[in-house]
Amino acid sequence: MNPLLILPIAVPLGTAAVTLGLVKWPVVRRTLGTLALGTTIVACLLLLGEVSDGTVLVGHVGGVRAPIGITLVADTFSAILLAISSIMLLAVFIYAVGSPKTDESRAFFHSVYLILAAGVSASFLTGDLFNLFVSFEVTLTASYVLITFGGSKLQIRHGMTYVVISLLASTLFITAVGLVYAATGTVNMADLASKLTDIDPGLRSALGVLFLVVFGIKAAIFPLFFWLPDSYPVAASPVTAIFAGLLTKVGVYAIIRSHTLLFGEAGPSSLLLVVAGLTMLTGVLGAITQDDVKRILSFHIISQIGYMIFGLGLYTLAGLAATVFYIVHHIIVKTTLFLVGGLIEEGTGTAALRRLGGLLHTSPLLAALFLLPALSLAGIPPLSGFVAKLALIEAGFSIGAYITVGVAILVSALTLFSMTKIWSGVFWGRADEPPPNPGALDASSPGSPRLMLWPTGFLVLLSIAFVVAAAPLYALGEVAAANLIDPSSYIAAVTVP
Amino acid sequence: MVLAVAVLYGTGAYLLLQRNLSRIVIGLALLGHGANLLLLMAGGRAGDAPLVGENGGPFADPLPQALALTAIVITFGVSAFLLALAYRSWTLARSDEVEDDIEDRRIAAMIAARRAGSEFDDDTGAATGEEPPQ
Repeated sequence: MNPLLILPIAVPLGTAAVTLGLVKWPVVRRTLGTLALGTTIVACLLLLGEVSDGTVLVGHVGGVRAPIGITLVADTFSAILLAISSIMLLAVFIYAVGSPKTDESRAFFHSVYLILAAGVSASFLTGDLFNLFVSFEVTLTASYVLITFGGSKLQIRHGMTYVVISLLASTLFITAVGLVYAATGTVNMADLASKLTDIDPGLRSALGVLFLVVFGIKAAIFPLFFWLPDSYPVAASPVTAIFAGLLTKVGVYAIIRSHTLLFGEAGPSSLLLVVAGLTMLTGVLGAITQDDVKRILSFHIISQIGYMIFGLGLYTLAGLAATVFYIVHHIIVKTTLFLVGGLIEEGTGTAALRRLGGLLHTSPLLAALFLLPALSLAGIPPLSGFVAKLALIEAGFSIGAYITVGVAILVSALTLFSMTKIWSGVFWGRADEPPPNPGALDASSPGSPRLMLWPTGFLVLLSIAFVVAAAPLYALGEVAAANLIDPSSYIAAVTVP
Repeated sequence: MVLAVAVLYGTGAYLLLQRNLSRIVIGLALLGHGANLLLLMAGGRAGDAPLVGENGGPFADPLPQALALTAIVITFGVSAFLLALAYRSWTLARSDEVEDDIEDRRIAAMIAARRAGSEFDDDTGAATGEEPPQ
């Protein structure tokens, strides 16, 4: 089997185990963590290179063949997500090293973070439902620890909500896996794809809806999103950033994979389109009523998830390609915005809009770092959000989903409104109440702001590079979408020895 | 077996809806047990141990057992973490109750403020946003 398939999981996991033993040497832990995540990036990019033409790489762990053994599968879609998420993981890791409020120097931060990285990679790579459950659990357990890492009252209270909701979703997941096994006798996704067509269509759609609910909770789609804006903002900024960038996207990945491979019917799905519209709308309306930078951004995650589901609901080549493109854009932009939010909080001691103001004068660099991804999120040309939304809306028009397209356009206008609200609240004017810790980031503050600024700046540059290279990347998205629409090559690669 | 699974799911769901953290933890544990039993049931009827070299049969399906074993380990670990979290919450707040949502409290406070403006004799119990103890 190709070693590239196992590296993105094994390297972070192994390093996590090693760093557990290095309690007294934070510098060694940092170096090892950076090296491990760097190696993961190289492995993921090489993997992307191998599958960029639409081939599907399959690895059977321990040499036991599918459908019995543990199967790792990389197609273009999962390789794209792996590559982008590994880059995010390293950038946020460096940011966390520089951030004084993260408790990064505490003994277990690095290990837990690396386990999270391994879990995310495993979720993208796994080829059967039960291992998807296990990877979800690995990711989630690491995220439980990270979200409550500070141990403050607020973090525990909101972390509890998060843990309980996620556990409920996991229980439903394992129930659904059990039911699928009872119905078909297999949990391998490629094997299931052919066996699910044989069972009663009513049972099949019931299972499909059950999985949609499970993954919907993880992805925070309407009406299962309540936990997200409650729990994300309380964690430390780098943690929130990586959660916002990756965790919900793992849920979206699972929805897309299960819909295209297992339960989807050919043609647009009106259920998904309605859900997508409502998700977009509730997310953005929630964001408008908030007055805290991190809470506004958290509600925007929900509304963005709606766009991704929209592309999936169309179920055309253009729609899915746009979704792939949109996910990558969203991961970069959302992570960057949360990192900038963290920088604001770090510099001033608060993220509440009414206590902030005039940062344009004190830290123009921060303003520039915020402005680009914020405009991109709202979809202002020529930034990446514009390209992604344009592709989605064109795909929507071509299939005649006018209502959802209308909602999408309205929501992006409201997103712009909400971004201007942050802009005018934070960077213009003057604070209604003085911030607890005035004075922007400077060299005298604890931690090393440089280490926080560099990754943020790098991600902003990455999102600009993403626009410059939009055409080849969109072509890559189309290859991925073609694989998703016609999963026969995926099934053939896994089942045929 | 089916009955046991149904009872575990039902009790678990009921406990999950309570306001006490300890009950929620126990409810989740029960739900987890129910799910594990369901996995085991998914393998069909009981049979002989499916070992290489054994003759006879019918054999039990080993895969759901492996799945259930993995699931049990995960449930165990997460339950331990959840208990630690509940304990931490208790030491910090000296309360086992789940608090109301931030938005709920804000809305309750807004309503209370509006009422206090118009009707001075109104009961201000809504201002705290908490339900009376049961």
